[in-house]
Formats: sequence, C-alpha cells, structure tokens
Amino acid sequence: MIASVWSWLTDPANWRGAGGISSRLGEHLGYSAVVILIAAAIAIPLGLWSGHSGRGRWLISAANAARAVPTIGLLFATSLWLGPHVTGDLAFTVPSILVLVLLAIPPILAGAYAGVEAVDPAVRDAARGMGLTGPQVLRKVEVPLALPLLVSGLRSAVLQVVATATIAAYVGLGGLGRYLIDGLASGRYAVMAGGAVLVSGLALVADLVMAALQRLAASPGLLPPGRRKRRSDRPDAGPDPPHGTTVDVPAGQDREGSRTHRR
Amino acid sequence: MTWALDHLGVIASLTWRHTLLAGIPLLLGLLVAIPLGWVAHRVPALAPVTIVGTGLLYTIPSLALFILMPLVLGTRILDPINVVVAMTVYTVALLVRTVVDGLRSVPADVDAAATAMGFGRFRRLWQVQLPLAIPVIAAGLRVAAVSNVSIVSIASLIGVAQLGSLLTDGYNRAIAGELLTGIVAALLLALVFDLVVVGTARLLTPWRSP
Repeated sequence: MIASVWSWLTDPANWRGAGGISSRLGEHLGYSAVVILIAAAIAIPLGLWSGHSGRGRWLISAANAARAVPTIGLLFATSLWLGPHVTGDLAFTVPSILVLVLLAIPPILAGAYAGVEAVDPAVRDAARGMGLTGPQVLRKVEVPLALPLLVSGLRSAVLQVVATATIAAYVGLGGLGRYLIDGLASGRYAVMAGGAVLVSGLALVADLVMAALQRLAASPGLLPPGRRKRRSDRPDAGPDPPHGTTVDVPAGQDREGSRTHRR
Repeated sequence: MTWALDHLGVIASLTWRHTLLAGIPLLLGLLVAIPLGWVAHRVPALAPVTIVGTGLLYTIPSLALFILMPLVLGTRILDPINVVVAMTVYTVALLVRTVVDGLRSVPADVDAAATAMGFGRFRRLWQVQLPLAIPVIAAGLRVAAVSNVSIVSIASLIGVAQLGSLLTDGYNRAIAGELLTGIVAALLLALVFDLVVVGTARLLTPWRSP
C-alpha cells in the first residue's frame, strides 16, 4: 500500500496540469492566505481594542464558545443556505471562504486580546506617566508586547484554516482536499493517502514557519538575558534579570488556549 | 424539529456511537499522557522533546490522519479503530503538556513533605502529585473533550457512522432539519462531556471549596 502511495506522489505526471499537485497546492495556499488576511483584518483590531479598553470581553467568550460547533456542520449549513444565492463557480468558493474566515477569527481574536491583556499594568502606567496618549500606549507599548501571543493566535488560525480547507473540498472547494475527497469517492486509496501526506506536510511546514515568526515577534527586551543583544553604550546593560514582565513564549505556547476546535 | 422527533431511534444510536468514538480516546489518551508527562516532568531534558513531538502530531489535519491510519495500522479504511486511534493521538498531543503543567503546579514543599514521610516515587505520584494536579489536568481534559466531540464528526466523510452522519446525509440530500439536528446534537454532547469532566474533577478533589 505504501509503495502505491509513494509511486502516486513521485509520478511527475501527477504534479502537472490543471488538476495537478502543483496547482492544487497553489490553490490551497491561495485560499488559506486570503482567509487569514480577511480574518486578521477583522479580528486583530477588535482584539487589540478589547484588550486595550477592557470592553467587549463577551466577544471573546462568545467566539470561544462558538468553536464547539462542529466545523463540517457549519460548512454544510452555510453551503446549503448560501449556495443557491451565488452563481457560477463562486457558488463553491464563497460559502467555504466565509466559513473558513469565521473559523479563523476566534483564535486570532483570543491571541490579540490575551496579548494586550497580559501587559503588566505597571508598564502601562509608566507609559502613561511618560505622557503617552491612549492610542500611543497601544501602538508603542501594548502592541509590541502583545506580538508573541498575537502571532500565536495567528498560528492556530493558520493550522485551522489549512485543515478545514481540506474538508471544504467536500462542498466543492479546490485545493489539496480534492485528492482526499475524490480519491475516497472513486475508491482509489493511493490518491487519498497521497493527498493526506501532502496536506499533513503543508500543515507541518506552515506551523514551523509560524513558530519561527512567533520567535521573531518577541521584542528583544523581553528575551531572557542570555539571548538579549547587549548594548554596551546603555548604562543599564548587563546581566540584570528582567523585572517580572518576561513573556518568553516557547514554541507551541497557548496550544490549549487557542487551537482546539479546528477541523 | 419534526425531523428530530421522527428519527429519535437513529439519533440515539448515532449519539451512542459518537460517545464511544470521542470518549474512549479521551480515556486512552489520558492513560498514555500521564506516564509521558510524568517522565517529561522528572527528566526536564526530555520535556521539550516530548511536548514539541506530540505537538507536531497535533498539526496533522484530522481527515488526513483518519485516511493515513490504515497505512500505519494495516486496517481497512472503514474500520472505526482508525478513528479511535487517531483521536487518541490528538488527545495525547493535547494532554501531555497539560500533565506536565499539572505536575509542575504541585508545591515543592508538599512534595518534599511526602518524601520525608517515606513515600516512594510511585506512591508520591499516585497519592500526592496526581491528586494535586487534578485541577490543571481537568482544565486540559475539558478542552480535549470538547475538541474530540467536534473532530469525531469529520469521520462521517470517510463513512464511519456517528452524529456527523446526520451532517453529511443532511447536506447530500438537502434536508435542513437533519443537518440542524446533527449540529445541535453534537453541541449538546460536547456540553455533556464538559459537564462530566468538571463533575468528576469536583468529586475527586473534595478539599477544594465548591
């Protein structure tokens, strides 16, 4: 069985053309990127605002509770209701994209909110004491400090979207999910298993890229003393431990919190 | 509503199957995660490897994991065992980290006191560390329980029957009532799972004020 999967994956003919692996991979990446961009444009400002002002916390709880809805239920219900109202090829893409955006919003919202919310009140007070206005505090202090958790939320959303885009092939979306669903429908195990290997690989690579971004997102001042770049011209440069505000986010942080009800 | 009332028998049997497919992996996953988490806790050098390793398993999309299971286990694609094993993998991936966090939450002086009373390492784990770690482990278990109930639905795409079958069938035959029934039933089952975990944790930790 493994041999047939391998030969399907390595046959160059399967990689070329309209339904080839290369174009399916491109579709999958394209949908995921569009969805994440739309979801981020909605959820990041909302989450930052909620964390900054302490208002709208119900939004976060509501978004979290909504994650218990089975993703395929949401996907099927939306396609069934929206499908007849959209014409042409869009009938397959629009409902799926909408559901994917809905699923990507909760983790991003939670990440942005938690990031700002976790900022030490003393740091916020110090910024205000220096004369920064509310928006300035948000932009210059809270957002940089919130970045690692915000990116962690984005990371969960990316995984969720890559996984659910696969399932959305059932309601007609393109992408790598086509191999899993079509292989299943036609009883060709090599095709579906090959597709499953490709999707898993894509998810893994996407997660590693996001993990790297998460590391980069940590402001240099937040790193433990050993990893911090020393600046000898700074009078306080030295091996002094950071004062309580260290937010070192290891890989996989916040898994339980924000990346659960994907799929 | 009428659809649900006309098909109570089907709904009941699918709910039971769903309960088994989501519940058994939850228990198996906990049984695997406790020793793994304990080892990672005792040997700190192993902690990152264990947590990152199991975390990587969690990145595999569920439909892909269900489909790949026959390659690993040598089962047939329609075998429910595929779903049970895949869900166990996800549960372990979520819980190992939780178990480590839970064991870390045990105050060091309590642990030292138990050692001073002559408790060996296994008795300490069973009678001191695990009971004190229950609140943290239960929090992780709640997440895993709700997530399992949601993910199991997807198994209907590969033909393994449970509540998700109402979703696929409702969609394929455009029966809105069936689709809605499936969503509501899955939500209710997730709620029940959550309540069972919370209730069990309460019963096991009578010393915590309600």
